[in-house]
Amino acid sequence: MGKFITRRILWMFMVLFVISIITFLLMRNVPGGPFTREKKLPEATIKLLNEKYNLDAPVIEQYLDYVGDIIVPRVVTGKLRPSSAEDYLISIPLSGSGDEQKTLQWVNFGPTYKSRSRSVNDIFRENLPVSFQLGVAALMIAIAIGVPLGTLAALKRNTIFDYMGMGTAILGVSFPVIITAPVLQYLFGVQWGLVPVTGWGSVEYAIIPAFALGFLHAALIARLTRASLLQVLNEDYIRTARAKGLAERTVIVGHALKNSLIPVVTILGPLLAALVTGTFVVETIFGIPGMGRYFVTSITGRDYPVIMGTILMYAFLLVIVNLLVDIAYMWLDPRIRFD
Amino acid sequence: MAVLEQQSKSPSMVVQLSDRRKGESLWMESWRRLRRNKAAVLGGIIIIINILVAIFAPVIALRPYDKQVLTDNNAAPEWVTKVFPNMKPREEGGYVTVNNSYPFGADQLGRDLFSRIVYGTRVSLTVAFIGPLVSILIGTIVGLTAGYFGGTLDNILMRIVEIMYAFPTLLFIILLMTFFRFSFATPEPGTLAATLGQIDLASGGMLFIFIGIGLTSWMQMARLVRGQVLSVREQEYIEAAHAMGAKTGRVMFGHILPNILGPLIVAETLTIPTYISYEAFLSFIGLGVNPPTPSWGSMISEGSRTISSYPNQAIFPALALFFIMFAFNFLGDGLRDALDPRMRGVD
Repeated sequence: MGKFITRRILWMFMVLFVISIITFLLMRNVPGGPFTREKKLPEATIKLLNEKYNLDAPVIEQYLDYVGDIIVPRVVTGKLRPSSAEDYLISIPLSGSGDEQKTLQWVNFGPTYKSRSRSVNDIFRENLPVSFQLGVAALMIAIAIGVPLGTLAALKRNTIFDYMGMGTAILGVSFPVIITAPVLQYLFGVQWGLVPVTGWGSVEYAIIPAFALGFLHAALIARLTRASLLQVLNEDYIRTARAKGLAERTVIVGHALKNSLIPVVTILGPLLAALVTGTFVVETIFGIPGMGRYFVTSITGRDYPVIMGTILMYAFLLVIVNLLVDIAYMWLDPRIRFD
Repeated sequence: MAVLEQQSKSPSMVVQLSDRRKGESLWMESWRRLRRNKAAVLGGIIIIINILVAIFAPVIALRPYDKQVLTDNNAAPEWVTKVFPNMKPREEGGYVTVNNSYPFGADQLGRDLFSRIVYGTRVSLTVAFIGPLVSILIGTIVGLTAGYFGGTLDNILMRIVEIMYAFPTLLFIILLMTFFRFSFATPEPGTLAATLGQIDLASGGMLFIFIGIGLTSWMQMARLVRGQVLSVREQEYIEAAHAMGAKTGRVMFGHILPNILGPLIVAETLTIPTYISYEAFLSFIGLGVNPPTPSWGSMISEGSRTISSYPNQAIFPALALFFIMFAFNFLGDGLRDALDPRMRGVD
């Protein structure tokens, strides 16, 4: 198990390295540098700007600088001067005070080129918490609907519950966020006036966006839970549990359900990836001030540092989550050997 | 048939597999099973209707999809104002201009929604059919090479597949599309970039969508092909082909490929809804088709901005998208069940 985890972590670093190289090279090679404006800047100004942001250095050096600033923590002595180029997401004061103050700094995505006074980290700080709340709410909705629906369908196999539940689940797979978001927004916001149409702030703003985001995944989880529970119910240990004379309830809840949820864990990785990209749509439609909406605007505004930073951060996050899911899966189901 | 039943060890398999009638081929049996699946048939019918709509779009559409009549902006026919109660016509003290010559209404620029939805079928269906082709093409080449030659080459290729696989697909597509959209927008004339940019422009921005989807979705196909090749490679008929002096390319494409095509087609059919939603998503965030080419994704994006006042502009394209996703989902499920009954109910 230890060997497997070590190998997977090494592999993860390899993957992260390739992802960062591809992202960096593609974004750096888009023609028209960050300072291309409709009104041309003087050559000398562009030269100075390039020097300031280190854009005239060899690409390898630029890459190492950029990625190094993100992943390598550093310790600075002396007073911190806040600037958009030196803005670290994590900044922990260590020892000393005044000019001797030592500070540990980590994760710097650099300045944006669009608004001079803001760093990519500023944008993350403002927008990411909102997207995070929305994503967690959607995840909870997906699980809270999916697992009971799938369980009911499996336990009452081939009854009206099964057909209705699975019918909804199969239909649900045909409802990507891009469909559920405008339809639910219209029905609940405009037609019935139950919730605010757009905006963000309190719980009532979040219900419908989170539901729109989680709906398809609830359907996927329901199908998976049903299939997995049906399989588990045929296992020998369930028969043993029944033969021991355990109450049906104990057999289902204590023995079957617990094990049937293991495969559901595996889809958490892809599910999270879909939630991340889903926020791009949901936040744009519902006017939610999160990272998703900002990302969509920065694509049209060609704000490359934001695009690059967002993609890198989400990609890193998802790769790490996938690793955790793999480890959790192995821990939950010792029969599985990864070789 | 009786002999077969006696020999078969698993009785459940006999029940499932032995409903083939006398003299019926495997394909005929699959076809019969597919026809019995009502949801799949309904899906198939919707797809056929969509194909016809896409082909005859110029005949069906009432106006050109990009024709703007600014005086008719946000107009809606009478039935739409009845379906959406908040869209009160001007005559009843509301704000909606009633114009019955637009079956679904007109958008902010006074373009006919119906015509745009009709033409939008072309974009979605093209992605639905070309996406899998690109994915099969790249995946088959990589998978065949890896599986057939084996050894170091196999190892290297499969490691590449594994790394690419770890990259979150949609983020990768967004990255590629951002690069394509902005790199090929204003290239030097005469270069390859300019040629590609022109083809893309002529296709309304579809070329780069295919390249983007193709480059990010071949990995699963490559794995599947490799697995299939490994199981077929050692069989007698391949050995016979070698013995008769067939060249490597001929063995790979003439003998191995035709024999592993079935599972590949089923796998890709199941992925079609994903491709359709990718295109809609890309067009929604502004990286998909070029305006004014109508895509349901970009129509939903434009329409959702005015959903409180003119819900029809977002809801109708969303419904169109739903029908085609639904159709391909059910047809894909049905095809899988029909071609491979052992996989029925396995998700």
